[in-house]
Amino acid sequence: MPNTLIDIKNLFKSYWRDSIEIPVLNDITLEVHDGEFLALMGPSGSGKTTLLNLIAGIDRPSKGSLTVSGTNIADLGESALAKWRSQHVGFVFQFYNLLPVLTAFENVELPLLLTSLSKAERKKHVELVLDVVGLGDRMHHYPKQLSGGQEQRVAIARAIVTDPTLLVADEPTGDLDKHSAEEILVLLDRLNQEFKKTIVMVTHDPRAAERATIQRHLDKGELS
Amino acid sequence: MRVLKLIFKNSLRHKLRTSLTILGLAIAVMAFGVLRTVLDMWNEGVEAAAANRLIARQAVSFIFPLPYSYRDKIAKIPGVETVSFANWFQGVYIDKNNFFARMAVDPETFFSVYPELLVNQKEFETFKQERNSCIVGAEIAKQYGFKIGDVIPIEGDIYPGKWEFVVRGIYQPRDKSTDATQMLFHWTYIDERIKQDMPGRAGQVGWYIIKIKDPAQAASISEQVDALFKNSPNATKTETERAFTQSFISGLNSLLQAMNFVSFIIIGIIMLVLGNTMIMSARERTREYAVLKTLGFSAGHLVGLILGESLLIAALGAGLGLLTTYPIVAGISAVMPKGFFPYFFVTPTTIILGASAALLVGFTASIFPIQRALRTRIVDGLRFLG
Ligand SMILES: Nc1ncnc2c1ncn2[C@@H]1O[C@H](COP(=O)(O)OP(=O)(O)OP(=O)(O)O)[C@@H](O)[C@H]1O
Ligand SMILES: [Mg+2]
Repeated sequence: MPNTLIDIKNLFKSYWRDSIEIPVLNDITLEVHDGEFLALMGPSGSGKTTLLNLIAGIDRPSKGSLTVSGTNIADLGESALAKWRSQHVGFVFQFYNLLPVLTAFENVELPLLLTSLSKAERKKHVELVLDVVGLGDRMHHYPKQLSGGQEQRVAIARAIVTDPTLLVADEPTGDLDKHSAEEILVLLDRLNQEFKKTIVMVTHDPRAAERATIQRHLDKGELS
Repeated sequence: MRVLKLIFKNSLRHKLRTSLTILGLAIAVMAFGVLRTVLDMWNEGVEAAAANRLIARQAVSFIFPLPYSYRDKIAKIPGVETVSFANWFQGVYIDKNNFFARMAVDPETFFSVYPELLVNQKEFETFKQERNSCIVGAEIAKQYGFKIGDVIPIEGDIYPGKWEFVVRGIYQPRDKSTDATQMLFHWTYIDERIKQDMPGRAGQVGWYIIKIKDPAQAASISEQVDALFKNSPNATKTETERAFTQSFISGLNSLLQAMNFVSFIIIGIIMLVLGNTMIMSARERTREYAVLKTLGFSAGHLVGLILGESLLIAALGAGLGLLTTYPIVAGISAVMPKGFFPYFFVTPTTIILGASAALLVGFTASIFPIQRALRTRIVDGLRFLG
């Protein structure tokens, strides 16, 4: 049995709006092992994004324990958590979230600026991952000069350039046409199979979910 | 270095908006610079006035003359070092627009009560010997091309008739604030001709300049001078040169205060202009800041990014504004008649004030955007739709 990468026990999460508590996640318990590709499915508003954000350490649980690659991230302070994220997690968003003023190369280089790598080393890494996502020839294009599918591939390159253990993707194909979506899924599949990345992906798309090794469903904050 | 590139690229994102902001800042900083220069001009005039010089004038008005006979009486007062005097001659040099001060003075004493007018000994000696000679300031010598030996014709008005003066010396200003636009000639030369043409107006001086030994005695000596002539038809009013200059300006005091106030209002406007731009930019970039935080960038990085951009724009605006201040001030002083404002130049203080105001504005304008960027939680930032 491979190692447990994500270990969630009795996790609760509510948001507060004008002193009214909005419960979002209700007693979630979940284990994800190294090398798994998990698809999180469920209706809109069921809490998928919320759960993903908690796993990725950009939001905090209200209650419960949340251990990712051996660290109880619920206990980390703000800057420790930021550092932890930069070392352990790669993010892929539905709307790519590239910085429009930076080229593909510079966008991918961004996470490396927080490391001690030299300029030459950064260049090597960036070129390598851009080749992996098949955009070696588009390095100096700006996001607006790229198609949606290409932008998402740049985003994926940015997510893997620091070689994180865990990749989280929130509806990575949600904004793409069928063909581009397929390319992204093939790429994620390859990252999982070939590069042994553990992936947690939120999706509405059953075909996307088929790529995953495990599917879980979230409904009104409860996991099934 | 790495963040610098992003700051640059960010500020160039909306080229038009950034350019307009920089232009707005530049105009405001320039207006600030010009206003301060005008204010400095007045203040320098007051500052340049020496504290050890008293001016005695006719008590009713500056335009009425005083008898020449006062000279010896004033000189007898203890504490008085030198008594000199001058008359406002005015007149026209070729054209009415050629304005510079023309004064009939006492050649023996005038330059010793005004040590800031530097004239070389040889020129000074010839000047003293020739009754119809004159000494001109270096600035008007340059402007009108006056050289030693030239004859300057003046059409008299206060002292009617045609007058001619031979240039026998050119004085240099000792300080930057020294007036180098005066033309000075012999009082006796004027007085002798007046004695024949209009005997009633002979033997009169415009005002006395009294050099005293100890500036601390200024008040008591002034009182003694005025006491001497209290009951005569020509009573005097004596005050320090500084007070005298100030009383010239005092009519303008409220205007000057208003200008001072306006110059600081301008700083406020710059702040709003830049603040507005920065708030707009930061709002648009809410999601990007959330993404940067997600990637592990710290609060310090975001502060650097926003503050850096704000300072960059402020610096460009201030730089441009201060650079344009020089030609504008030069332009204004060129269209102003020479001699009205001999102290019209941009002081280092104005530059420092303008630059630090812009710096302050750069800091202040980034406060709200920084606060907003730091306070927004990542999850809220990512959900933010422009
Ligand atoms: N930052 C937040 N502040 C307040 N409420 C939030 C916040 N994020 C999510 N919610 C609320 O929590 C619930 C779950 O939201 P979440 O985004 O996790 O759903 P989701 O399953 O990802 O939905 P979708 O498929 O539409 O993306 C929703 O009711 C949402 O309004
Ligand atoms: Mg969602």
